[in-house]
Amino acid sequence: MSLVVAEGLKKSYWAGEVDVPAIRGVDFAIEAGAFVAFVGPSGSGKTTLLNLVGCLDHLSAGRLTVLGVEVAGLSRKAAAAFRGENLGFVFQDFNLVPVLSAYENIEYPLLMVRAWPAEKRRERVNKLLAAVGMADQGHKRPDQLSGGQKQRVAVARALVSEPKLVLADEPTANLDHDTAYRILGLMKSMRDEFGTTFVFSTHDPKIMAEAEVTFLLEDGRLIEQRPS
Amino acid sequence: MNATLRLSLRNLLRYKRRTLLTALLITIGVVAMLLFVAAAGSFKGVMVGQITDSMLGHLQIHRRGYTASVDNLPLNLSMQARALDKAGEVLKAEPAVAAYSLRIKFGAMFSNYAETTSIRLNGIDPAAEDAAAPGLRSRILDGNKTGPLVAPGQIMIPELIAKGMKVKVGDTVVLIATNQDGSVNGKNFTIRGILEPVAGPGGRDGYLDLADARDLLRMEKEQAMEIAVRLKDLGQVEAVKTRLEAALAGLTNKEGKPALEIHTWDQLTPFASIVRMLDMMTLFIRIMLVAIVLVSVMNVMLMAVYERIREIGTLAAIGTPPNRILALFLGEGLLLGLAGAALGVAISLAAVAVLNLHPISFPFSRQIVTLMPVLPLKEIVLVTGMVVGMAVLASLQPAWRASRMDPIVALRHV
Repeated sequence: MSLVVAEGLKKSYWAGEVDVPAIRGVDFAIEAGAFVAFVGPSGSGKTTLLNLVGCLDHLSAGRLTVLGVEVAGLSRKAAAAFRGENLGFVFQDFNLVPVLSAYENIEYPLLMVRAWPAEKRRERVNKLLAAVGMADQGHKRPDQLSGGQKQRVAVARALVSEPKLVLADEPTANLDHDTAYRILGLMKSMRDEFGTTFVFSTHDPKIMAEAEVTFLLEDGRLIEQRPS
Repeated sequence: MNATLRLSLRNLLRYKRRTLLTALLITIGVVAMLLFVAAAGSFKGVMVGQITDSMLGHLQIHRRGYTASVDNLPLNLSMQARALDKAGEVLKAEPAVAAYSLRIKFGAMFSNYAETTSIRLNGIDPAAEDAAAPGLRSRILDGNKTGPLVAPGQIMIPELIAKGMKVKVGDTVVLIATNQDGSVNGKNFTIRGILEPVAGPGGRDGYLDLADARDLLRMEKEQAMEIAVRLKDLGQVEAVKTRLEAALAGLTNKEGKPALEIHTWDQLTPFASIVRMLDMMTLFIRIMLVAIVLVSVMNVMLMAVYERIREIGTLAAIGTPPNRILALFLGEGLLLGLAGAALGVAISLAAVAVLNLHPISFPFSRQIVTLMPVLPLKEIVLVTGMVVGMAVLASLQPAWRASRMDPIVALRHV
């Protein structure tokens, strides 16, 4: 069974009195354990699609099932609970909480969203810190870390609560190429180690080559899927 | 809860200067409030103490209708033996009563043989009066401050009359009074002391022995116009009044109404309006404190939410429940209020301790009032609770806004 299934997915925004379509009827399916990229130029609808799959935005029409749940009807509270329970997020700007250390940023979802007991949290956070190669950097605040280190922490935070699906919106956009490849390599190894499905968006042709499944978007339409 | 508060604290410390300034603003408000309450309480205590100790007593008992016409000092509204016996019995049975004193109040003509003026007088039992109004002795400006307040044949007169009539301690004067039947009687007295006047009714009265008053007024039966009652604890005054009224309710007049009336000190003196004014000012300062806390905390929290919109979006995106986000910001308000209040209470307690070590004295009317401020625990708890409550309330709107933020909109915020 597919992890994510989209059928006739549409999303439009009101800009003043004009209805601006962002996604114009998209169908796709993402299998568990896949390493998937939504690619396309700016404004093609990559981020909008990720936001819809991540239950951050509401679709205008169509059907979207994530982990077997029809997400269109989720309330704000239910959507938050669903995200906390099943999804992990990696953002382009890392979006780490500046007052928390790397360790505490990774711990945050376990403490504030999932309420894991302290010992279990410590074990899991240390495991993730080691997995992303930041075992000796846990005490540092985000402003003491490089861009690549911040994104490693963000990847660890996304994975810490053992989500089935991690959504990464342009995770390498603010990184140099070497670091970007390392982050993608890290995400892939995390997928291999934890079996988590990764879906990311990018407009960088070199980065998109790293994906195992690629959905090419243009003007809100899915124009190609590789492999088909 | 601890994790939420810890994160709230970290966020507050993120903007140290702003947090410090806001907490200091709250602190200043709390200090102003508590010091005013302590100083006003001390002033009230001193003034109320002087008035009640030297003249009024804490409670007074009169025959019904007497206080309404007290300016005329009516002799026909005196309490008779039956009422006095009953009142004495009730007062002796009441454990909160420390002492009481019967007074015969009347008006008379005061003559130095050359000039005549009118005088208001109290016939007293010196020992009973000393116990019920222990501060009366301290008002003796001229004359022996020790020994009985007055002996038979002696009189203490207010300073104004002494000056106006040019008489001094040891001089002989004549009192002429009209008794209840309309006949006039006169008697010589020796001036035993000159009394400092105090504000309020009875503050410019003279004092003579109870037996002399009866003699002058040709009272054959036991009578008194007033019973001044001193309590062991002034704070009990309302409760004691209620108990005494209940105990004396059986003593009725011809109309079937209670024959005696009981008034507390504040019902008898205009100083009570100054006390009420101080209470009003306290209320006004409380309102100002509430406004300071509301405005400063709300301002800080609105800024905090506005500056952290993307962060709020991130927290919401990764699944933080809305009520947790609400709690995060309420926690910041709570901690701000607590910090400001705690610092304010600490400074106030220190300031009160210093004021007690080095008391401040200032003249009030003709008296020197020395402030010995005390901060009641009740007031500290009230002000702290008020400040913390207001700080949380002021955070509510920004916190609510943060918790209701659409994560997608928040994440897009630049």
